[in-house]
Amino acid sequence: MTAPTGITRVTLLKDLRLEWRSKDAINSMLFFSLLVVVVFSFSFDPSAEESRQIAGGLIWVAFLFAAVVALNQTWARELRNQVLDAYRVSPAPANSLFMAKTLGNFIFVSVLEALMTPLFIVFYRLRALGPAWQLLLVAVLGTWALVVNGTFFAAMSLRTRSREIMLPLLLFPISIPALLAMVQSTTAILNGEGARFWIVLLVTYDLVFTTVCLLLFETVLNAE
Amino acid sequence: MKRAFPILGVLTAILLSYALYLALVVAPTERTMGDVQRIFYYHVPSAWTAFILFFINFGASVFYLIKRNPAADIVALVTAEVGVVFCTVVLVTGPIWARPVWGIWWTWDMRLTSTLVLWLIYVSYLFLRRFSSSGQTPLLAAALAVLGALCVPFVYFSIWFFRTQHPQPVMGGGGSIDPRMLHVLLINWLAFSCFAYLVCWSRYRLEKLQRDVDHAHALESLLAPRGSVR
Repeated sequence: MTAPTGITRVTLLKDLRLEWRSKDAINSMLFFSLLVVVVFSFSFDPSAEESRQIAGGLIWVAFLFAAVVALNQTWARELRNQVLDAYRVSPAPANSLFMAKTLGNFIFVSVLEALMTPLFIVFYRLRALGPAWQLLLVAVLGTWALVVNGTFFAAMSLRTRSREIMLPLLLFPISIPALLAMVQSTTAILNGEGARFWIVLLVTYDLVFTTVCLLLFETVLNAE
Repeated sequence: MKRAFPILGVLTAILLSYALYLALVVAPTERTMGDVQRIFYYHVPSAWTAFILFFINFGASVFYLIKRNPAADIVALVTAEVGVVFCTVVLVTGPIWARPVWGIWWTWDMRLTSTLVLWLIYVSYLFLRRFSSSGQTPLLAAALAVLGALCVPFVYFSIWFFRTQHPQPVMGGGGSIDPRMLHVLLINWLAFSCFAYLVCWSRYRLEKLQRDVDHAHALESLLAPRGSVR
């Protein structure tokens, strides 16, 4: 039997290889968030001062919507050829699979963010007045918060009718505190204000929800 | 048990009427807000009742996750449904009260916002229960209820900080409450809790019956001789 970390690594590498060859998730996410940016830019005039106030919200809403696109594909891929059923009957720990999927989604969304952020900066003429390295910290913590809950809820909505719409219905309400923290900290850093409270909140949120998702995932995976 | 139900029903009706009388006639009129303030006796007890029901939902869900007890699942379902109804009452009576007193229907104040988010979380819980097609809906719902309940402190803290950073007009009478008003409030809360209990009870029986019927149907189609299956 392979070690739990080994299973995580193998599954993660498999997902990355699949994504590298098809580029389904990343392409659809990229195009989707590009559309969100363009559509938003028509609803108001993105001049420099105003955009600094709303850019934090805009950027995260775009990433949240785009992440849902990737998250919906996570488990759907495993349903084909009964891969998930095979996993269920195998002695491999469920949490290894969960960690692999979460890490995979984290990588996809991070790549998306790395590609989209320059575009945001150009389109909205952004310049951080506060320490820019904190933005990176917020991005990592915020993406993890979205992805860990998203992967969990995607597995949960797998067995529901109209599962594509079910994921945002479950994910968005629970993510409100995390989203608020991401948006507020991003706006605070862009405006040169302190964001310590929000970062601490995000860290706590990540810790609590990662733990609970790991505790409950096996139950959810085996719920047929 | 069956006889207790109508008795409790009658008692609740009497209690509700008495509470209505107290709230509309006996309670002193508030000095600045006038008679509008009397909606307070519906708004606040509904909120307390909703919070208690959500708390019971959390307890029942945890119990279900540990023990897999079907009764705990029905309790979780019923308390979430009735809790959402009471929470809706809070969200509807709030603006009705706010409009004449603050001059606005809604403000993104801390309590309003966190109640709204709480409502959203439990509505999504009911959505999951409705859309889930597998036989394991109770498990999924219980997992979601635990996550939702854990989210509540985060909602509260984040919105608290969000709103204290940008001060809003201070609302709701800070300071002490008239003891006569408190008395009326508590009687109203008692009446509302009894009513909630009554509704939950009847909903519980309905759901239990529904499941028994479904179970019997499933058994019947299993046991029926070949060819006669409907």
